[in-house]
Amino acid sequence: MIDYSKCLEYEPYAMDKNQKDKFLTECLWILTRYHYDHCKEYRKILDSENFDINTVHDYHDLPFLPVRLFKEYDLKSIGEGEIQKTMTSSGTTGQSVSKIYLDKENASNQTKVLTRIVSDYIGKKRLPMLILDTSALLKNRSMFSARGAGILGFSIFARDKLYALDEDMQLDINGMKTFLEKHKGEEIFLFGFTFMIWQHFYKELLRTGYRPDLSKGILIHGGGWKKLISEAVSPQEFKESMRQVCGIRSIHDYYGMVEQTGTIYMECECGHLHTSVFSDVIIRRPYDFLEADVGEEGLVETVSILPKSYPGHVLLTEDCGTVLGVDDCPCGRKGKYFKISGRIKNAEIRGCSDTYAEKF
Amino acid sequence: MSNKEKYIQAFVETLSIEPEETVGLKYQEIPNWDSVGHMGLVAAIEDAFDIMMDTDDIIEFSSFEKGMEILRKYDVEI
Repeated sequence: MIDYSKCLEYEPYAMDKNQKDKFLTECLWILTRYHYDHCKEYRKILDSENFDINTVHDYHDLPFLPVRLFKEYDLKSIGEGEIQKTMTSSGTTGQSVSKIYLDKENASNQTKVLTRIVSDYIGKKRLPMLILDTSALLKNRSMFSARGAGILGFSIFARDKLYALDEDMQLDINGMKTFLEKHKGEEIFLFGFTFMIWQHFYKELLRTGYRPDLSKGILIHGGGWKKLISEAVSPQEFKESMRQVCGIRSIHDYYGMVEQTGTIYMECECGHLHTSVFSDVIIRRPYDFLEADVGEEGLVETVSILPKSYPGHVLLTEDCGTVLGVDDCPCGRKGKYFKISGRIKNAEIRGCSDTYAEKF
Repeated sequence: MSNKEKYIQAFVETLSIEPEETVGLKYQEIPNWDSVGHMGLVAAIEDAFDIMMDTDDIIEFSSFEKGMEILRKYDVEI
């Protein structure tokens, strides 16, 4: 099996393409073999494709599972008794949700990898954290929605935290004033989901005229742009608007999914999403699933070395994206960098943090 | 209060357990010491000893005994 304690020590953005190809091929090959032996459904799928793992010498050739299979089936490579946590995409009525079963080891590896990746952007020291969401989210502790899990996962970087929204989704201006006064002059870590930030933070600041000084803030946000595209808000406009209401300059989007929690793709200072050594994206042409060229848009496949308790190490998403380059981003990080352009047509509407919006 | 008492107190209050239950206790062994409870426990310990732990140490903090070992790095002898 993979020696996770060793692998997780690797610097997230230091391997060049050749090293990383070798590393990922080795890990993902082992995982494919492991899930074939431990997940009956996965074995059936591979057998039905007459897949023979011994013919594979490159992780690009491993079979991918469509991400929606995790909504339709309970896919796991552990026994019922070993399930420690079940993560779900936060579906509401009428939407099917992905169910991801984690054992202790898998859950702990997710936290470790998330920490390694995010530390590269915000540093190792823990900061006062302003959560741009509601405290009501973490009420049910055994079932985590993607939003709750995201907030909890990122809370490890906090040493004092405040939810900017109260349980009724109202902006807690007094709370924020006290919090920012207490941490005056310090760097503040802000975290939230893109649509929630726009709807309940940005718009409320605009409406109320409250202008907190977050010029020393670092915002990490994720959860997709779909809802904002319908409001015609571009990533550039989002950044510019946020800067205008609270002076924040350091803003990083991230791309990730509940099916591969931990191995997120962070946006660097140059505006590019980056793959870390622990995971990769492969862009595929939608008509023959061959790998697209750099600069060519296609379907996004994501691979991650973390999924061991469920067969989610090689997934075909319903997102479209484009690889922008490999190992040569001006920010200095090695690895592939890319952009996401949206969801494929006719895909079921979903997005981990977006489902809240259905209530409007 | 001695350091040991403060340390036990942090477990008792944040995880809603009895002092006798702390010895040998491991992360995820009881429902209250889950990932949510863990962050509360860490905050309580940090307040009690006026320290700030590194993220790596928060992750490594996997049992009552392991925590004592980690706290030594912060010059807290229990």
